[in-house]
Amino acid sequence: MKNNPPRVALFVTCLVDAMRPQVGFAALALLEQVNCTVDVPMGQTCCGQPALNSGDQDGTRQIARQNIELLAGYDHVVVPSGSCAATIIKDYPDLFESDPAWHAKAVNLAGRTHELLSYMNDVWGWRPKGVDCAETATYHDSCSGLRSLNVQAQPRQMLAAVTGLEMRPLEGANVCCGFGGTFCVKYPDISNAIVGEKAAAINATGADLLLGGDLGCLMNMAGKLHRDGSKVRAFHAAEILAGMGNGPAIGEPA
Amino acid sequence: MSAFQGRVSSALADATLKIAIDRTTNTARTKRAAAIGAWPEFAEARELGRDIKDHVIANLEYYLTQFEANAIKTGAKVHWARTGQEACEIVVGICKAANAKSVTRSKSMLGEEIGLPHALEAAGIERVETDLAEHIIQLAGEKPSHIIWPALHKTREQVGELFRANHTDPGALASVEQMVNSARRNLREKFMAADVGISGANFLIADTGGICTVTNEGNAELTTTPPRVHIVTVGIEKLVPSMTEAMTMLRLLVRSATGAELTQYTTFHTGPKRPGDLDGPEEFHIVLVDAGRTKMLAEGLAEMLRCLRCGACMNHCVVFRQIGGHAYGSTYPGPMGSVITPSQDGIEQFQDLPRACTLNGQCGEVCPVAIPLPKLIRGWRTKAWVQGYEPAISKTALLLWRFLALRPGLYQFASNIALRFMPIFARSGWIAKMPLAGGWTTYRDLPSPQGGTFLSQYKAKHRKAAK
Repeated sequence: MKNNPPRVALFVTCLVDAMRPQVGFAALALLEQVNCTVDVPMGQTCCGQPALNSGDQDGTRQIARQNIELLAGYDHVVVPSGSCAATIIKDYPDLFESDPAWHAKAVNLAGRTHELLSYMNDVWGWRPKGVDCAETATYHDSCSGLRSLNVQAQPRQMLAAVTGLEMRPLEGANVCCGFGGTFCVKYPDISNAIVGEKAAAINATGADLLLGGDLGCLMNMAGKLHRDGSKVRAFHAAEILAGMGNGPAIGEPA
Repeated sequence: MSAFQGRVSSALADATLKIAIDRTTNTARTKRAAAIGAWPEFAEARELGRDIKDHVIANLEYYLTQFEANAIKTGAKVHWARTGQEACEIVVGICKAANAKSVTRSKSMLGEEIGLPHALEAAGIERVETDLAEHIIQLAGEKPSHIIWPALHKTREQVGELFRANHTDPGALASVEQMVNSARRNLREKFMAADVGISGANFLIADTGGICTVTNEGNAELTTTPPRVHIVTVGIEKLVPSMTEAMTMLRLLVRSATGAELTQYTTFHTGPKRPGDLDGPEEFHIVLVDAGRTKMLAEGLAEMLRCLRCGACMNHCVVFRQIGGHAYGSTYPGPMGSVITPSQDGIEQFQDLPRACTLNGQCGEVCPVAIPLPKLIRGWRTKAWVQGYEPAISKTALLLWRFLALRPGLYQFASNIALRFMPIFARSGWIAKMPLAGGWTTYRDLPSPQGGTFLSQYKAKHRKAAK
């Protein structure tokens, strides 16, 4: 592939687009290190997951068709979120089960789409070089990436190559943080109880940093940690890997 | 606030409940993980279990007919009930024909589902629950909160108090062993005096016409053997073709439920007492209950009929572990209950159940017969949306968001306006309170956005680079 760099579309996700553009820039920096020709299609909005998980299948199909057309023609589509990548990879084909033409297109897109961290590791075998981060960190496995896409070892393997970064295991790292998309605002009491336990487990590691691969979950956990007065700071793992760990963490002013 | 949310609030405010839930579910998860870890063929067995159940469900009529014919050959009487009410009428009818004053019952979730405890009481028949946890529930006048541990919501301290108030000569109740002994003393004479014993069944064996029960206390054996009449109430989906398949299912069920390799008692009952048998009931009745199972099949919920009722999904559910079983307001709580209940009792009344789920997928991952629980739960959300049950506020918000998401230019414009206003509410990077964001900010701070959208920042940088 080195002789013929793939054309990669970065699908940043609606949350990164609005709430933390730095994750998008970190993704760009990583993709450039493996010599991808990266494009950021301007017609992107959201993968459609809020509609899908609310039961609005017709609405999701409209959004999916928009994305399938937008992302046609790229060799790879890379998404800095296990949850949004899983929607494209697993749910888009299911949505068009009774529509052969669109189903074929959805399957084609699914085959080209990758979650960012597993893409860097599995496709490129990439490791950070000369990235320093003298901190202790713990890692939360977001559920969709973990269960739908098997993202678990890859971020840890890459983070192990960051100079000075000490990883500490998180008790219940594979247990949901209580975000659940619209769940967290529809049932805030339950969500709070769940993320309260998660925050306690994070604090118990004694780590300086909380890392993960999905901004929604990270915002949920970081928001709870901050509300409860914890000093733990949160980053998307891509930010650390791209050497942006010395910048502001989630919620810190620039 | 919906009735569900009211129950959730009370549950979340109950610190003792949380202690009780954690004690049992934490142990259950740890023991299951050890049992599955020590079983290298689990993944294969799980696929086999799934295929066995799917095969039986696809050929339900064939196996039910075979089961009935073989059960009749053993001397059993087979009854068919389309609804829970019909099933209760059949059971009460058998009890009355036997002139029964007292009935012992071993734990059966199907019995709970069809309202059998209530039906027996309404008929003036004394009902004695013999499963230890069901005994606790009966003394407390409550309903089960878990399908394997019905009294999961009670701490041992609370059980001690309950026994002290209700048992004859409870003696010291400081340890679990003392409590068990007190229950044993109080239940033993009831076992021997009962006219009818009612049990459920974990499996119906089609080629023998027998049934299988698994328990850890031996109460099923004492319920089904001494009385003159044994009645089995069982859902029609519990069929397996033969003992071979029953063995596969048993391994999956028990490891997933309690983490043990086998239950203390695994009993196969085939027909009534035969001439020369030392014990056993004179009459053996099997009530085969549909109660919405064929409806589930017709509604696209065939995968749910694989369910072995092991409880692993709820033990691993982050929502169940916060709110417990009673908050669901249904016979079956947790993920499996969130799929079954809307089918049995209506999506309008139970629309919160499939919605109050993070779709994290752990339930589906631990299910011993690979039921795609998150997919089925999301399927109910789709039905609720199509039938217009999505609450007005969230529906309006979602439709507005969808309108924008389908218009990328407008979406960027609107996002950038919103992002410009949000920092007004922020203090050193965090928003503690903001209009329309109460669902988030009641319990969490919201990170203030980092300026404009990624797309607008990216575009600006590229323009600069191009110059």
